[in-house]
Amino acid sequence: MVIDHPLLGLRDAAEFVYLGDAALLERPDATAADAETRFYEYQYLRDNPAGVHQELWFHEQGDHSWLVVTRNTLTHEILCVELARDVVLARRAGA
Amino acid sequence: MSQSGRIGGGLVDYGRTLDFRFNGATLQGHPGDTLASALLANGQRLVARSFKYHRPRGIFSAGSEEPNALVQLRQGAYQEPNTRATVVELFAGLEAQSQNFRGSLRHDLLAVNDWLAPFLSAGFYYKTFMWPAAFWEKLYEPVIRAAAGLGRLSGQEDPDRYDKGYLHCEVLVIGAGPAGLMAALTAARAGVRVILADEDFRMGGRLNAETYRIDDRPGVQWAEQVLAELAAMAHVRLLPRTTVYGAFDHGIYGALERRTDHLLQCDGQPRQVLWRIYSRQAILCAGATERPMVFANNDRPGVMLAGSVRAYANRFGVAAGRKVAVLTNNDNGWQTALDLAASGVALAAVIDTRADAEVPAFQAAPVFRGRQVVDTRGRHGLKSILLSDGQHIAADCLAVSGGWNPNVHLTCHQRGRPQWRESIAAFVPGAELPPGMSVAGAAQGSLSLMACLLDGRQAAHAALLALGHKPLPLPLPDAVDEAAGISPCWQVPGRKRAWLDLQNDVTVKDVQLAQREGFHAVEHLKRYTTLGMATDQGKTANVNALAVMAACTGQSIPETGTTIFRPPYTPVPIAALAGHARGRNFRPVRQTPGHQWAQEQGAVFVEAGLWLRAQWFPQAGETRWRESVDREVKQVRAGVGVCDVSTLGKIDIQGRDALEFLNRVYANGFKTLAVGRVRYGLMLREDGFAYDDGTTARLGEQHFLMTTTTANAALVFRNLEFARQCLWPALDVHLVSVTEQWAQYAVAGPRARALLQQLVDEDVDIGGAAFPFMACTELTVCDGVPARLFRISFSGELAYELAVPARYGDALIRVLMQAGQALGVVAYGTEALGVMRIEKGHAAGNELNGQTTALNLGLGAMVARKAESSDFIGNVLSRRPAMNQPDALRLMGFRPLKRDESLSAGAHFLALGATPDLSHDQGWMTSVAFSPMLGHAIGLGFIQRGHERVGEVVRAFDPVRDRDIEVEIVSPHFFDPKGERLHV
Repeated sequence: MVIDHPLLGLRDAAEFVYLGDAALLERPDATAADAETRFYEYQYLRDNPAGVHQELWFHEQGDHSWLVVTRNTLTHEILCVELARDVVLARRAGA
Repeated sequence: MSQSGRIGGGLVDYGRTLDFRFNGATLQGHPGDTLASALLANGQRLVARSFKYHRPRGIFSAGSEEPNALVQLRQGAYQEPNTRATVVELFAGLEAQSQNFRGSLRHDLLAVNDWLAPFLSAGFYYKTFMWPAAFWEKLYEPVIRAAAGLGRLSGQEDPDRYDKGYLHCEVLVIGAGPAGLMAALTAARAGVRVILADEDFRMGGRLNAETYRIDDRPGVQWAEQVLAELAAMAHVRLLPRTTVYGAFDHGIYGALERRTDHLLQCDGQPRQVLWRIYSRQAILCAGATERPMVFANNDRPGVMLAGSVRAYANRFGVAAGRKVAVLTNNDNGWQTALDLAASGVALAAVIDTRADAEVPAFQAAPVFRGRQVVDTRGRHGLKSILLSDGQHIAADCLAVSGGWNPNVHLTCHQRGRPQWRESIAAFVPGAELPPGMSVAGAAQGSLSLMACLLDGRQAAHAALLALGHKPLPLPLPDAVDEAAGISPCWQVPGRKRAWLDLQNDVTVKDVQLAQREGFHAVEHLKRYTTLGMATDQGKTANVNALAVMAACTGQSIPETGTTIFRPPYTPVPIAALAGHARGRNFRPVRQTPGHQWAQEQGAVFVEAGLWLRAQWFPQAGETRWRESVDREVKQVRAGVGVCDVSTLGKIDIQGRDALEFLNRVYANGFKTLAVGRVRYGLMLREDGFAYDDGTTARLGEQHFLMTTTTANAALVFRNLEFARQCLWPALDVHLVSVTEQWAQYAVAGPRARALLQQLVDEDVDIGGAAFPFMACTELTVCDGVPARLFRISFSGELAYELAVPARYGDALIRVLMQAGQALGVVAYGTEALGVMRIEKGHAAGNELNGQTTALNLGLGAMVARKAESSDFIGNVLSRRPAMNQPDALRLMGFRPLKRDESLSAGAHFLALGATPDLSHDQGWMTSVAFSPMLGHAIGLGFIQRGHERVGEVVRAFDPVRDRDIEVEIVSPHFFDPKGERLHV
């Protein structure tokens, strides 16, 4: 596979380490009343869609960026690649 | 032996003669020959024995689809089994042997299997060797194994070199036949980077094998001219002898280049190169493969594909037989009759199964229309054929054309399904192709030369447009649009065996049996009968088998199913996939800056991840490792020792919010860490379990240096970057891994300070008061070398770790050992390090195994205190009740009741007298050592409520090593429990 890194352009997937579902960006609030349940879900529960999936890749053999890659798990088509940092900051600015 | 089959002409260099050996006999061929064409030229018809029935087999095709002519090449460690003679380029000195026979090739003892054929039907393994079960391992399997298989591996290491490489292009053209050449030329003239790959050693595809003319000259000449133009362009790369074997995601193609297979000696060059080709657009011009017809005894040597017989005559100047009969169900088969007649080869007959087809006027041999071949004769080679009208015709070669199957393989590598096209009675690529791929020429069902040229140009135009280039007008050369009419003749009825898959000896009866027994789905059919398996992957067999299955079920072929294909298109040696990554080079080796010095001292090294670390330093007279390790420990604790700890992960952390960041990633508090101080830190995963520990030094207001364990250095860094970028991107903090930038040595023992004082430059005071335990500083040593000094201790001694830029690492260890000579300095390795940390009860990898908590490790209070005030990774889930039970495991020390007994790691703890089973399991021993300071074995381990059970005696039960001893639970701090030595 080839991933179109937002800063570095097309890079081979072998340069990256795969983590999984980008839901891991949404770490729960530890002070919430139901924190334990929410952390349990955050840690252990994942959707496993057949189709479009947002996932986290780490450019370990490169610039050490964490990326949010939107990929179709059925075709391996990559629809969008963003810096995870930008995604999180944008979400928090919008929230 | 003379080359009795040579008729002259073609693309062979008769000016040079190449000697080669086949089954011990020396034969001759010429440059331009394949092994197969040279064997045919020498009249060698019997070349192999079939897989199951050991039937005599000859050369069947002229390309990579060959199912029969598998031979073993070379000798000794260079031996290579199951090589197709039809793709082996002939060279002087080539050694080839037939395989899969016992006795002699002509009188193969295992040919008895052919008489047993009625018992060896599809699925016979599953039916026959069912019982008694005990017979399987003792009798059936050894006998089957001895009889099975084709060639033999040498059993020795492959002495050749294999390489890997990466290539990039805008347009990859796969196959250099007329369509591929046209596509490559069109793309190349537009100026884009083009790679043209072809599996043959001579590019040109069918143009090399046919007599067709292009622009009124031989097609071969047109191909040569195009290739010359392409070769002269810097942005074009021609890869002959290169099979594109797989279409992978995002335009990546795998290709195997046989770089020096055609040479006797590699001369230092790699034998083969595995290329990974990155393409924007790919044009598949893989051509088509002819299929045989299915009739009784259609497997004899001499029965061949018609297009291949033509190729041997036209390209290699070889007549495949002295008297050739042609059998066809399509117009293209006639070309063989015409070409052979023109070459002066004697023809026995031309049989066209179509009664009503328009056929050329033909004088060279009798023509039989509307008739079939129903049987053949000839034990070791074809002697005659029997027609459906009862006539016997003498012939030693039968050239069969059952139509052409487009080579759709690569279009299926991403689950594309081929479609049936009735007009050519074959499968063509489906609508869903791998992104960026298009198909041109015979591969997509264009079975005339003109159509191939047109296709190739068109596909290149489309690819250029997709790339945003404007294609230049390229005139189409003039060529024939030859007839390709076909009327399929799938199967000639009969009671005798008719072969579908020559390589696996699958006959019509096997397919019919599979259908009767319920295995009519194509995928089941394949697995039940072994149809389409092994080196040829059924290239000549699959469609005919589908047709037979369709006839059994009364369905059409497309209704019956399609076979799709996985990579590789043709076999790829494991050696090529491994490339250089084998033996010592299987993975990289990391050496510390002090490695050379340690090697000079005769250190014994141990692998720690990719690192090599000195395990101990044997001295003269020491014969057992324990002698060295015990000595090293005693010398450190009595004087001073130096240990290379450069492999620890080191992460430089800076930024306004660096301290806050550290406080969130460690499970213990860091907010009060002062400049010039170091703190131990424990890291949890978000699930609350401990996964790494280390120290972090505060070198400046906003500057920290973290160490991690050797094993987890990459993981911790990755997780810290995750925390920084994904969890808290608003924090101002930056991370750099500096593991390799610094060499670091632990200097430990009562005389450690005395040693270091000789090195540090004069303005620095490292005395006990000025530089207490857990102090750190940046300083210079040895007259101005920048360094960092940390007063930290893993051994429990007065100890420091001194770091210098990696380039000084070698010099520093030499200076330390020199300066320490008077103090009795000793170099110690990881074993002594391990013994001393067990003596001190420090956790390491065995204890931080990913399944233990801070509570288990005796650090529960430290973590719980912090959790009250601030959040950190692992905070919430570490508080789960199940992880905080009163009977939780605790890290404790253990010593044998009988002091002379040794301990074993992995032993499980049981109460005295308890039954040794899971319900009575109380924990396990994690680390053990012989303590030279205490004079007996000591161990660390986890045991339930251990902290309340000091002094209790339990069993350490180790059924794996058959040991069961009594041990006493003690404090994990075996040596200097009050830590007095540390604070001197």
